[in-house]
Amino acid sequence: MPEHAAHNAELDAESAQSAESAGNSQSAGGTEHGAAILLQEVTKRYPGQAKPAVGGLTLEIPSGSVVMFVGPSGCGKTTTLKMINRLIEPTEGEIIINGKDVTDMDGDKLRRQIGYVIQAGGLFPHMTVAANIALVPKMLGWDKKRIAARVDELLELVSLDPAVYRDRYPKELSGGQQQRVGVARALAADPPVLLMDEPFGAVDPITRQRLQDELLAIQDELHKTIVCVTHDFEEAMKLGDWIAIFDEGAQLVQYDSPERILAQPANEFVESFIGSGAGLKQLSLTRVKEAELSQPVTASPGDAASDVLSRLQGDGGRYAVVLDSRRRPIQWLTARQLSRMQFISDQVDQELPIVGDQATLNDALDEMLVATTGNALVTGPRGAFIGIIDVETVTQAITDARSASGESEAPVGLNSGAMSAVAVAATQEQEPDDALPMDGREA
Amino acid sequence: MSAAAITETASPAVKRIGLHRRHPWLPLLWQILVLLALIAALFIWLSQAPLTATERATLAPSELWTMTVQHLELTVVSAVIVLAIAIPLGVLLTRGPLRKATGPVLAIANIGQAAPAVGLVVLLAFWLGFGFWTAAVALVLYAILPVLRNTMVGLDGVDKRLVEAGRGMGMSAAAVLFKVELPLAVPVMLAGIRTALVLLVGTAALGTFIDGGGLGLLITTGVNLAQTNVLVVGSLLVALLALVIDWIGRVVEYVARPKGL
Repeated sequence: MPEHAAHNAELDAESAQSAESAGNSQSAGGTEHGAAILLQEVTKRYPGQAKPAVGGLTLEIPSGSVVMFVGPSGCGKTTTLKMINRLIEPTEGEIIINGKDVTDMDGDKLRRQIGYVIQAGGLFPHMTVAANIALVPKMLGWDKKRIAARVDELLELVSLDPAVYRDRYPKELSGGQQQRVGVARALAADPPVLLMDEPFGAVDPITRQRLQDELLAIQDELHKTIVCVTHDFEEAMKLGDWIAIFDEGAQLVQYDSPERILAQPANEFVESFIGSGAGLKQLSLTRVKEAELSQPVTASPGDAASDVLSRLQGDGGRYAVVLDSRRRPIQWLTARQLSRMQFISDQVDQELPIVGDQATLNDALDEMLVATTGNALVTGPRGAFIGIIDVETVTQAITDARSASGESEAPVGLNSGAMSAVAVAATQEQEPDDALPMDGREA
Repeated sequence: MSAAAITETASPAVKRIGLHRRHPWLPLLWQILVLLALIAALFIWLSQAPLTATERATLAPSELWTMTVQHLELTVVSAVIVLAIAIPLGVLLTRGPLRKATGPVLAIANIGQAAPAVGLVVLLAFWLGFGFWTAAVALVLYAILPVLRNTMVGLDGVDKRLVEAGRGMGMSAAAVLFKVELPLAVPVMLAGIRTALVLLVGTAALGTFIDGGGLGLLITTGVNLAQTNVLVVGSLLVALLALVIDWIGRVVEYVARPKGL
């Protein structure tokens, strides 16, 4: 079940802690939120290869935003990602995080301050979940108590019960759970930047959708700078504030918001990448929480069925939704089902079509199609029920989405050139912009 | 704290692990029980067999004990040297630039094992002289290959993405080696070490040819003086010792196997 364990009080406490930790450790970021990243004419050449894997890439990644790298395999997007934490050392160019050139700092120290998530979580199979999450805090010299508290807090953040999962080994977890622990591990020392390399590539579509929803919920709370590589354009549209589309040699073809890439693809390459049905892809841009939800009759286990039935008939709705003590939906009952029972049972219907409020309309539609119903139940933070979405709402939302369009200024990204005096708000440039060659072509 | 948490249905893997954990003790238990029974049977037979006076003197319990201890000393000393050489060498040969040396080193180790053990022992004796240490050197050459090869295979078998995950989190190359690669390679490495130990126990019997001591003495005496009983007891003791060592190796493998694998 998609449940969000985001908890304000806890996270505030965590931010205070991290600010403290940033104070006494050498920090690339140093803030509790994201950090701006700037790739300055970064090139990666491998010996014996004529063409560079990444050629003169300049890319601005705004603080606190989610930037998706998409492109065909072998286009250099993963190489670019790994140059940010210097798992791959750039041949030329600079990497600037929060105004600080990190190209020459100790790579291991740098990487301790940047979260890194890989496909299937990359958990160490011989360590428990807690030990996996504790790795970076341990390297940073946190004391045991603080680490233990942090582990529990993170497990809650990724919707895993600490008491149940803390001492398990990775192979005792499902793929989705492993991936969640992978995210928790990357967030352990509260790094300002999170790098993700095809994080949800190895899980089934439904789990993937839920993990994406949870990541968005976590991002809503933490405002990290997230750079994520994917080959799935839908995923890029769903998760990304900005999408960078790469062609071979990490040639940046288009770097813009999902809305504008859909509306104005830069060229045929982008169009082919978006694929057919661009109109339907609009569904991936609108979230369920932005759509209008209807409020059905709700009931609790133990209620008299006849009472609920009369309320349902008065309301005119098709379903009465049964909620447990934490307001999580457990069943939905039609008038006919209600008329056959005396009291509402507390049994849990595993087949309920449930979507998180962070899910896209596309996800909601999927869920409805799978469940062969015209509606789906929507849950908010902690899996609490917040309403019902139906097919009509979805079509209405598409119409609405068409009329509105994003107006914000896109960040800068280009190849083989320089930034033309772009003010990068969050970064204090160490060199004046005009010291750079000005022959760049805008992507 | 647990208010927000949910319990997902445990994967079936959990149950399978439960069964898996209980199981491996049984074969181990049977193995040692059978071995102990065989050893007991051997000694009961010894105490009642119609032996000649010389045979009885050679097979006196105190004599047998001394020879067994000598045999084990030779085995353990060679094993320690094998581990001290083969494991670091295996680690080095799986690190970046030294990988190129893998072929030649394995070829040399192969020669050590492929050469007939008796030949190796005798040839070394001509070069280094007779005695315990020459026997130890010959045994080391003979047993280094399985440990070296399994160390390399074990390390190479570690998922490269885990290594990268470790580096990506800011672990140093050494930290990744000691905390991730070696622990994950342990099962394969231990299998190699057990193989080497069994080889060593068996081959240590040849030490007697160059005055290295051990249970091999019973075998040579038995052959030279046509004392079949001595020959049989010597052979059986070497075989049983090898099986006991094998059993200890299996127990260590079971205990030292990292949890969660």
